[in-house]
Amino acid sequence: MREELITSGRMNAHIDPHLEIWHWHIPLYLFLGGLTAGILFFAALYTILGKEERYAGAVRRAPVVVPFLLIIGLAALFLDLRHKLYFWQLYTTIKLESPMSWGAWTLMAITPISVIWLAIHIQEFFPKWEWKNIILKDLNGFFVKNKVGLAWVMLVLSLILGIYTGILFSAFNARPLWNTSILGPLFLASGLSAGAATIILFARSHDERLLFARIDLMLIGIELFLIIHMFMGFRASTQVQIEASGLFLGGPYTAPFWIFVVMLGMVVPAFLEILELRHKKIPVYLPVALVLFGSLMLRFIIAYAGQFSRWLY
Amino acid sequence: MRYAMAIDTKKCVGCADCVVACQTENMVPIGYCRDWIVEVTDGTYPQLEIEIRSERCNHCDNSPCVRCCPTGASHYVEGGIVKVTQHKCIGCGACIASCPYDARYSHPDGYVDKCTFCDHRIKLGEQPACVAVCPTKCMYFGDLDDPNSEVSKVLKKRKYKSLIPEAGTRPHVFYLI
Repeated sequence: MREELITSGRMNAHIDPHLEIWHWHIPLYLFLGGLTAGILFFAALYTILGKEERYAGAVRRAPVVVPFLLIIGLAALFLDLRHKLYFWQLYTTIKLESPMSWGAWTLMAITPISVIWLAIHIQEFFPKWEWKNIILKDLNGFFVKNKVGLAWVMLVLSLILGIYTGILFSAFNARPLWNTSILGPLFLASGLSAGAATIILFARSHDERLLFARIDLMLIGIELFLIIHMFMGFRASTQVQIEASGLFLGGPYTAPFWIFVVMLGMVVPAFLEILELRHKKIPVYLPVALVLFGSLMLRFIIAYAGQFSRWLY
Repeated sequence: MRYAMAIDTKKCVGCADCVVACQTENMVPIGYCRDWIVEVTDGTYPQLEIEIRSERCNHCDNSPCVRCCPTGASHYVEGGIVKVTQHKCIGCGACIASCPYDARYSHPDGYVDKCTFCDHRIKLGEQPACVAVCPTKCMYFGDLDDPNSEVSKVLKKRKYKSLIPEAGTRPHVFYLI
């Protein structure tokens, strides 16, 4: 028998008794970042594929929400900073080894692009809209002419935005639950799924709704596959990761993770989408709301549980 | 030049003089600390073994905090000391999450704070405050590249370990065992 007792004279706020440095701001931002990355990815993809008319919901309509969601996300990030007036220091350097630096620069590029995308499709919502200012009119003309080029830039940036949100966590070796490279693709798949679900809301044709229900179904399948592999990796790893995965396998985060993220956020909407593809009548907002809820909960639970996990010594 | 610290777990009594000296020297805000005491009791009564350690930032060679800092506020200075430039720190918390030793904290003024090996004292040829006040003289500080420094000599003579070397951080605070 072996008993180990650690008494520490340290009680630093947000560090002890366990790390709690990141609160609601970060997971909310990660959700909005993933969601907007998903919407912009599909908008760019179907523009490049030349299917703008057929999938107008994805290309012209859904991206309208992106600048607003990004601004809410950026505001959450700003509120999270503790030395707020120095935030501009992010833009004085490029640190290739820091995922946060990648994220800051990606947001700097993708936010204005999302505004441009909204501007060149404004007539979708205000058919009589005309740019009165000559400079704005010329700029609008320039971007409309080079829309496919803009879509390529947006495609790459949206993928970086979607995957970096997961890499941000996975780069932390100090938090064993986060320290898995599966988190990058998992967050990307979850963001794309949330994006596809939002596009379903904006789709006008039944054909487009069915396409994005099918895409979403495939992405949920990928997410479940990645989650299983993540746990297989943890169980086969060192004691620190075995204990970290225990948070979800009998530990305090077991019920929220499996009920909110996996059941309500993935399995139930997947089932509803299968029914929809089989031409059963399903209220369209129901699977969409569940996918968005699951995507948000995934970020919240991974953010909090990750801070709870630690090295043992 | 490579600064390092060695702490004798056989001599440390856990009096926390080092903690108070650091708080006073570095004007650490009330309720926070840059160094702290850990007591590990191992075994089953009556066969018990106790290890007392004074812990702080390990001034790692491969510091995750320096790598993840998005602004370059966390950086290395001469001698391998890891420091934070206050006016470059945005208080994002990434370095705090990245440290497997939880050696950093968010200063009430917003920036991130941690042990500096008292580099302002080293420059004057003095020992770090924690080392200087230790009543059992269980701490050794100096340049690892100098074979005649106290820390080099004691590490040559004694068995030692570092904390979580498997995290790949290459820590530079050693514990004599």
